Amino acid sequence: MSGIIDYVTSPEFIAYSAIVGVVFMALQISAAVMVYAERKVSAFMQQRNGPNRVGPQGLLQPIADIVKLFFKEELRPKAADAFLFSLAPIISVTTAFLAFAPVPFGAPTTFFGLLDEPMALMIADVNVAVLVIFAVASMGVYGIVLAGWASNSKYSLLGGLRSSAQMISYELAYGMSLATVVMMADTMSLKEIVGQQSGYWLGVIPKWYIFPQFLGFFVFACAGIAETNRAPFDFPEAEQELVAGYHTEYSSMRFAMFFMAEYINMVTVSAVAVNLFLGGWHGPFIPTEYGWIWFVIKLAFLLFCYLWLRWTLPRFRYDQLMSFGWKVLLPLATVNLLLTAAGILYFNV
Amino acid sequence: MSSDALLFYAFAGVAVLGALLVVSQRNPVYSVLALIASFFGLSGLYVLLEAPFVAVVQIIIYAGAIMVLFLFTVMLLNVPREDAAEWDKSHPLYRPGAVRIGAVLALLMALQLGWALSRTPGLSAGVGDDTAAASSVSDLGVKLFSGAGDGSAGYMFAFEVTSILIIIAMVGAVVLARKRED
Repeated sequence: MSGIIDYVTSPEFIAYSAIVGVVFMALQISAAVMVYAERKVSAFMQQRNGPNRVGPQGLLQPIADIVKLFFKEELRPKAADAFLFSLAPIISVTTAFLAFAPVPFGAPTTFFGLLDEPMALMIADVNVAVLVIFAVASMGVYGIVLAGWASNSKYSLLGGLRSSAQMISYELAYGMSLATVVMMADTMSLKEIVGQQSGYWLGVIPKWYIFPQFLGFFVFACAGIAETNRAPFDFPEAEQELVAGYHTEYSSMRFAMFFMAEYINMVTVSAVAVNLFLGGWHGPFIPTEYGWIWFVIKLAFLLFCYLWLRWTLPRFRYDQLMSFGWKVLLPLATVNLLLTAAGILYFNV
Repeated sequence: MSSDALLFYAFAGVAVLGALLVVSQRNPVYSVLALIASFFGLSGLYVLLEAPFVAVVQIIIYAGAIMVLFLFTVMLLNVPREDAAEWDKSHPLYRPGAVRIGAVLALLMALQLGWALSRTPGLSAGVGDDTAAASSVSDLGVKLFSGAGDGSAGYMFAFEVTSILIIIAMVGAVVLARKRED
């Protein structure tokens, strides 16, 4: 018994619990912040004011939204499959949180000397982290497909089927762009991949994989947007054709779970992109102990790009989406993979 | 009981329970979901065997890709709930032939499983040195794509032949399903 108490009160355990708690809370808050940012950015791009009634500059708008979602009535269609209808949003939000577990977000730190040995700022340091993220992302599709099927409504079903077709098509290109970075880094651990991106080429260009792998980054970005069902690839919830797609029949907190999952998935995909291509927590001017500041800056920039794209580009047509995925992105990813392999063989790095 | 054994029984329980639910559910969508749960149990067992790569690939390939296609097919075809047939309440021996053959097969499998278990030297024994070698991704790659190192061919031939077999199956399916255009 005293062993357990010793373990629970040890600095390592407290630090680790703090990391887990901070990540969990930060992901939830990031969803609220993103909702506010989405409204403000879209308003800016459409020359409107956006939310400006609740709090200064509408800053308390997300809280008002959350309170509204809490107190709305839970509705379930009579013909829906009760069990799967409840299960679907839970799967969505669980996979969204789970995918962040192997993502490092800062240099190992001792928390100002609290710990004897530095602790990595990540939840689970697995040696196949890249594959774990890929696997969890591929589980996320079940939430959407089951929501579509369990609602027993034609719009939901079409949204769910579209989303699974879209995710299967883009997962191949997504996986191949991950593979190129893994080949260059010679490891699948995100921590080690980030570690290899410190330093500079020729003294000025940071050693980020985006420079040798710009094709890979392009493929990753396109596939990442498609994986998170964001515009211009937001077919599962195309309003004009499908009302709201797979979550047409959902209301209240169940809808909020889907909503949260979508925004957390955006954060995770951006965080993975930062770690794989943009050098993670490495950057000039800020000492390595505070590297997480660089990480947050890069993450915020990528998330802004998500919003930027959504409010700039119109939605593709469905057949354009499929032909883009299979006839452009996949061949591009394959060629990039072969070129990378040839380069590694030739330069013997 | 050690924590490893506890985890083993938990994962094995999930795998077996999931497999039982696959065959006992009347609704095909629930069967698909139970199979996914069963795969997760198997994946946990691979982690316990110190093969994280195999565990993750199990999730990506089976739970992530193949089962999505299963679910897709079940939903598109709108496979109805299976209702109990009329002979369900009769004595097992009077049921139609398929059930009798199935019962014989199940009996054989149970006997085989019992025989195999009776020869296994218990859970505590190691599985062999091969698992340690295959646990890291690069070692697995070396084993699959080059010789075993002691002059023998390793697993390369079997691996390549399997991939050709899969391509043949894929081409065959496309040829069979394609509409005749003449």
